[in-house]
Amino acid sequence: MSDPSTPKNTPRDDSNGQQPGKDAEETKDKVPSTPPDATPEGGPEERADLEPTPTGPGSAQGPEILAVRDGMFGVKGTPDTSGYGRLRRVIEFPGPSQRPYGSWYDAAIDRIAALMPNAGQVITRVVIDRGDLTLHVAREHLLALVKNLRDDAQLRFEFFSGVSGVHYPTDTGRELHAVYHLGSMTHNRRLRLEVSAPDSDPHIPSVVSVYPGADWHERETFDMFGLIFDGHPHLTRILMPDDWPGHPQRKDYPLGGIDVEYKGARIPSPENRRSYN
Amino acid sequence: MGLEEKLPSGILLTTVEALAGAARSASFWPVTFGLACCSFEMMTMGTPRFDSARWGQEVFRNSPRQADLMIVAGRVSQKMAPIVRQVYDQMAEPKFVLSMGVCASSGGMFNNYAIVQGVDHIVPVDVYVPGCPPRPEMLIDGIFKLRKLKVAKLPIGSHREEVEAENERLALAKPATIEQKGLLR
Repeated sequence: MSDPSTPKNTPRDDSNGQQPGKDAEETKDKVPSTPPDATPEGGPEERADLEPTPTGPGSAQGPEILAVRDGMFGVKGTPDTSGYGRLRRVIEFPGPSQRPYGSWYDAAIDRIAALMPNAGQVITRVVIDRGDLTLHVAREHLLALVKNLRDDAQLRFEFFSGVSGVHYPTDTGRELHAVYHLGSMTHNRRLRLEVSAPDSDPHIPSVVSVYPGADWHERETFDMFGLIFDGHPHLTRILMPDDWPGHPQRKDYPLGGIDVEYKGARIPSPENRRSYN
Repeated sequence: MGLEEKLPSGILLTTVEALAGAARSASFWPVTFGLACCSFEMMTMGTPRFDSARWGQEVFRNSPRQADLMIVAGRVSQKMAPIVRQVYDQMAEPKFVLSMGVCASSGGMFNNYAIVQGVDHIVPVDVYVPGCPPRPEMLIDGIFKLRKLKVAKLPIGSHREEVEAENERLALAKPATIEQKGLLR
């Protein structure tokens, strides 16, 4: 189930280059993604003439850099530290993992493949990062997959923990993600599904028919991100007033603070403050 | 307002006002309006350690129509604002509003799209109690000041109309907050 698609607009081997096979030791240290109960493989490392490749349970290829953000809010490029101006954060996506994944992941993904003949199109990417399994799912097959995950005895992910949204404005073509957290009480497992939709067509099928508890979670995701869940019985705003314009948790939505007014003075809200030098 | 309007003004009314004010402040019932974290401190005020029953305030009326005081305890979000106004409108005169905590007074630490920056954008506030959250003792102090300064001295009848008209005139003539300069010298 390794990922045939490559990320669209981010160059793979950039300055942070983690070429598979080259910096394998660094990759292994940086992404300690071996699940605790995984059995170590002893295959390719035994051949001395080969470069060590990052195979082995759950090792991921290099992370995909989505954005680099400097500072958090407020003025930039000045010594004003009120907006954490010198902070630099690299927003990364962990890369796809290769087989064998380790612990229960292989069996689960094989079971999904047995239940759904088009599993190669359903699951576009398998990511194992820090001991968590994330399946990237194509949105048109989400409902069928989720039904199988809940109903099949070997998978039995009956616990729906929540949906939430993520907005990656730099990831053109798939800006809005919906992340589903599922759990299996019978097998004591957790699973994450990630579905993406472009900004121009922010529709994802609703899983309320399979997990009725997703009702309010999907309403909140709609309210905060603008993701429209097709098939939801009543998709209305839940946190903001019903006629609120915009979707507040998107990255391009302003904080919305107003100036604080004192007697004879006015302090701008934190994201609008000037440099005080 | 029937009887109160027919009362004679002058010394007799002052005595009646003092009597009515004493009665009102001795049983000054708040409406349950705990919105967020400050409501815990408000609830604690009713517990035996701080005991608001000592001064007649143990009954938090659930219906605003039976309450005198609205303690806005907590953040008021944009979605909650019309409901705050509706509860205030449902209270019968004379009514008072105590803004408890910094979020209700000015928006508190939340200066963003979701929180109304002070409940005085929505209802007229009589006393502001800052704190995050204010200790029950601070809330008690605020309530006592409100009772002593406003409730016990509440004018009734024709006297009240005069006082209200005077307050209106003063409020209209008062400069806006941003215009009040030179006070920090």
